[in-house]
Amino acid sequence: MSTTELAHNRHIPDRLDNPLRSALFSWETLLILVAVAIFALNSLASPYFLNAWSLSDLTFNFVEKGLIALAMALLIIAGEIDLSVAAIIALSSTIMGMAVQAGVDTPGLVLIGLGVGLACGAFNGLLVTKLGLPSIVVTIGTMSLFRGIAYIILGDQAYRGYPASFAFFGQGYVWWVISFEIVLFVIMALLFWFLLHRTSFGRMVFAIGNNPVAATFSGVRVERIKFILFCLTGLMAGVASVLLTSRLGSTRPSIAQGYELEVITMVVLGGVSILGGSGSIAGVVLAAIIMGLVTFGLGLLNVPGIVMSIFIGLLLITVIALPILWRRLRERQGA
Amino acid sequence: MNSLPNRILKHREIWLAAAIALLVGLIAMRFPAFARLGNLLTVFNDTSILIILALGQMVVILTRSIDLSMASNLAFTGMLVAMTNAAFPAIPVPVLILTAMFVGAALGAFNGILVWKLGIPPIVVTLGTLTVFRGATFVLSGGAWVNADRMSPAFIALQRSAFLGLPILSWFAICAIALFYVIMTRTPFGRSVYAVGVNPTASVYAGIDVGRTKFLAFCISGLVAGLCGYLWVSRYVIASTEVANGYELSIIAACVIGGVSIAGGLGSVAGAVLGALFLGIIGSALPVVNVSPFWQMAISGGAIILAVVLNARGERRQGRIILKKAAAA
Repeated sequence: MSTTELAHNRHIPDRLDNPLRSALFSWETLLILVAVAIFALNSLASPYFLNAWSLSDLTFNFVEKGLIALAMALLIIAGEIDLSVAAIIALSSTIMGMAVQAGVDTPGLVLIGLGVGLACGAFNGLLVTKLGLPSIVVTIGTMSLFRGIAYIILGDQAYRGYPASFAFFGQGYVWWVISFEIVLFVIMALLFWFLLHRTSFGRMVFAIGNNPVAATFSGVRVERIKFILFCLTGLMAGVASVLLTSRLGSTRPSIAQGYELEVITMVVLGGVSILGGSGSIAGVVLAAIIMGLVTFGLGLLNVPGIVMSIFIGLLLITVIALPILWRRLRERQGA
Repeated sequence: MNSLPNRILKHREIWLAAAIALLVGLIAMRFPAFARLGNLLTVFNDTSILIILALGQMVVILTRSIDLSMASNLAFTGMLVAMTNAAFPAIPVPVLILTAMFVGAALGAFNGILVWKLGIPPIVVTLGTLTVFRGATFVLSGGAWVNADRMSPAFIALQRSAFLGLPILSWFAICAIALFYVIMTRTPFGRSVYAVGVNPTASVYAGIDVGRTKFLAFCISGLVAGLCGYLWVSRYVIASTEVANGYELSIIAACVIGGVSIAGGLGSVAGAVLGALFLGIIGSALPVVNVSPFWQMAISGGAIILAVVLNARGERRQGRIILKKAAAA
């Protein structure tokens, strides 16, 4: 189907697009417009929206998922996926809860939280790269496994009693309305932007996603880089777990249920091709902000969370479908 | 050319059947009552809905797609027929069942159209409709429940009544298994589903419309989800927004354990049924052997990983043979 279409309509340019023109018609520009539109709608719809504290609260809606989305973007660009991130949050949070019962203090808790995330990511990575298994199935399996272990440990109980100093990560403010979470998100976004768009590692990630065989023959250690990406995604899930646990102040095995789908929605909405090979960190950050704006704005209007999910789902499909329809329409007019 | 993969395939189902028999045997050593025919039939009846859903999912996965929206579709159609039944108890149950199947198929067709006409990857489409359908369930019901008092006796009773000693629900599963077996092995559509999964490009040259085949596969998974919407609601006598929440992964797990390859083109009706039974047996065995039900999730996760590891070895062997043949030709 698409192969035959390609052969007919392929337009091969003899030079690069004008940079201004390509920036103007880029996915990121579209996302900025969507974000501005939703921001404006929110300000009109609710008198409580345009307020420094409201806007600060808004960031809590997307930071934890957004942090995972940054790493997940790299993983999806490399042609893999991790559906187990929410389960990693649950397991990591549960082990932190156990550590609290054993009297571990804040620095130890953070180390444990990050360590469990990293270990889970490495487990996924080993299964995918060493045994050559499809990541979507592996992580559907580990998703049940990790959360299952959390259920075995906790059952219908909950862990509380986190030390007061632990609350800083999810509830603390660095300055005025600027929370620790948002500062961390900005730093991480910059780091991931640098990693993906300015280092040879990032180039290799794109190369793997576009053509793993060609990448192998170009001397890219495909399996090793994929393994690193799984570890990185696990680690970011660990970071998200520390933040979320600290913010909620308690752990249940059902914590972060359904986050994996929201994280993937962010990544895809951000313009990362689900088939791998293309995407940008700027797009993912914008998508995270858009999802935060949508859920927060609807929340101010007392729309229940489940109805919000309709908007998120439709947003995902529409934003993917519109450019395709638009391109079709132009092709038809051109032909 | 077909005989070798088929032989491996048969082996795989035999291995899985042996694993299930071993599992039942082990449980029976401590708790003989578990292996009694009556109890095994109960387990089958309890697994019926999962079996039917796994069959629908299998068709979709065979075409190199995935349907994450089945459980949400089930919740929506289940709520729809339950509310219809509560409002108009006079409508006969078979009409409601047909309505459920039609609505489910329509929701599946929506997925299918997006995949077929717009070429959006199925995982993205059904990720979106997963949340949309469940959200729509909430909007439809206003967040309220429909429980036993509001359902008509016929609505609840149908699948509990027995026919030839088996509950009607089991008969639904048996008919589905037979029907899917015929469709997948004895019809041009079934053949084209496998062809699309094994090699989409070659399928185009063979005159198969790849997009249309995927579309029909989504209609089937939707139809099946709709049917199960009625079955679920009338079996558990509750329709709520939370019905079958997260169940989409159990359905996929059943397929994966049954040896349906997520890369498409490889898998069988027997495999999907056995995969579902495996999960069903674990689920009903845990309380018997006195293990906390909280173990179920971790065990099925472990089973999925184990199944993929074992299946991948078979697939890799097959891949090498195909490559050799290609080199020879």
